[in-house]
Amino acid sequence: MRNVLVTGANGGIGLACARQFLQAWSDARLFLGCRTAREQAEALGAEFPGRVEIVQLEVADENSWNQAVERMLADGGSVDVLVNNAGTHRDALLATMPLADWHEVLATNLTGTFLGCRAVVRPMLSQRQGRIINISSLSALLAPAGQTNYAAAKAGVVALTQSLAKEVARAGITVNAVCPGYVATAALDADPAGQAQLAQRVPARRLGTAAEVAAAVLYLASPEAAYTTGAVLKIDGGIL
Amino acid sequence: MNSDLKSKIKSMMVEELMLQITAEEIGDETPIFGPDGLGLDSVDALQLVVALEKQFGLKISEGKAAQGTLRCVNSIAEAIAALP
Repeated sequence: MRNVLVTGANGGIGLACARQFLQAWSDARLFLGCRTAREQAEALGAEFPGRVEIVQLEVADENSWNQAVERMLADGGSVDVLVNNAGTHRDALLATMPLADWHEVLATNLTGTFLGCRAVVRPMLSQRQGRIINISSLSALLAPAGQTNYAAAKAGVVALTQSLAKEVARAGITVNAVCPGYVATAALDADPAGQAQLAQRVPARRLGTAAEVAAAVLYLASPEAAYTTGAVLKIDGGIL
Repeated sequence: MNSDLKSKIKSMMVEELMLQITAEEIGDETPIFGPDGLGLDSVDALQLVVALEKQFGLKISEGKAAQGTLRCVNSIAEAIAALP
């Protein structure tokens, strides 16, 4: 039985990751970290009875992480894969950005990733194996205007990933980052004109899908990816 | 001091930290950290702490007490022997 924890699991990329683990790994048990909304995660659980647990998880809260990891370790369980996917953004030009928006974006995206890594690294060290996949963003590399908070947080996730990868490589733990570009979401589906406009900026002339991001996550979590660590994999249709 | 316990600790160190020496080559008083001893670093230390807790039930908190306990095999064995 392989235990996989995905945060932000009620959203597009998180859900797609969870689904692919369930489909590709018959021995996977999924822990879906959700903060408030959980209806889509519950629907996925209903599709795969007995293999999905919904975990109340506030990623910026240390205790919340401890409880989540304790649940995975209960009854001799292991912590095999962590996908740090929970994220948020509050875009604004820096000149007008409220400090609260800076703090919120840093807390969820960067502190949340730090706390997640810290919560799983000890059990993974004692197992002498583990996979951590941090969902960063193309914004980390592209640093677009209007996203000083988000770009800084996601660039922080990249640096954290590479630093931690060096710390734990000898213990059989890999830590990698994935940087999705424009990915189709429910909000964009309702706006075909906006979607087409966005697609014009992409060399591939279309938006990516959550499933395409999830496929990369699944690879990085696989035993075959054991020698890939500290990697930053952009999935952006060729933008950068 | 229990020599059986000490050899268990040494074997565990060789295995968990993937040391390129045998357990017999580690002296009871060989410094675990620093250039004059085994030369382990902070990442090894964390692995050692995790392994000691898992295999011997020895919980090591941060700080100076930890440094004293992790000085050498003798000091680790003393801490394990003192467990209730």
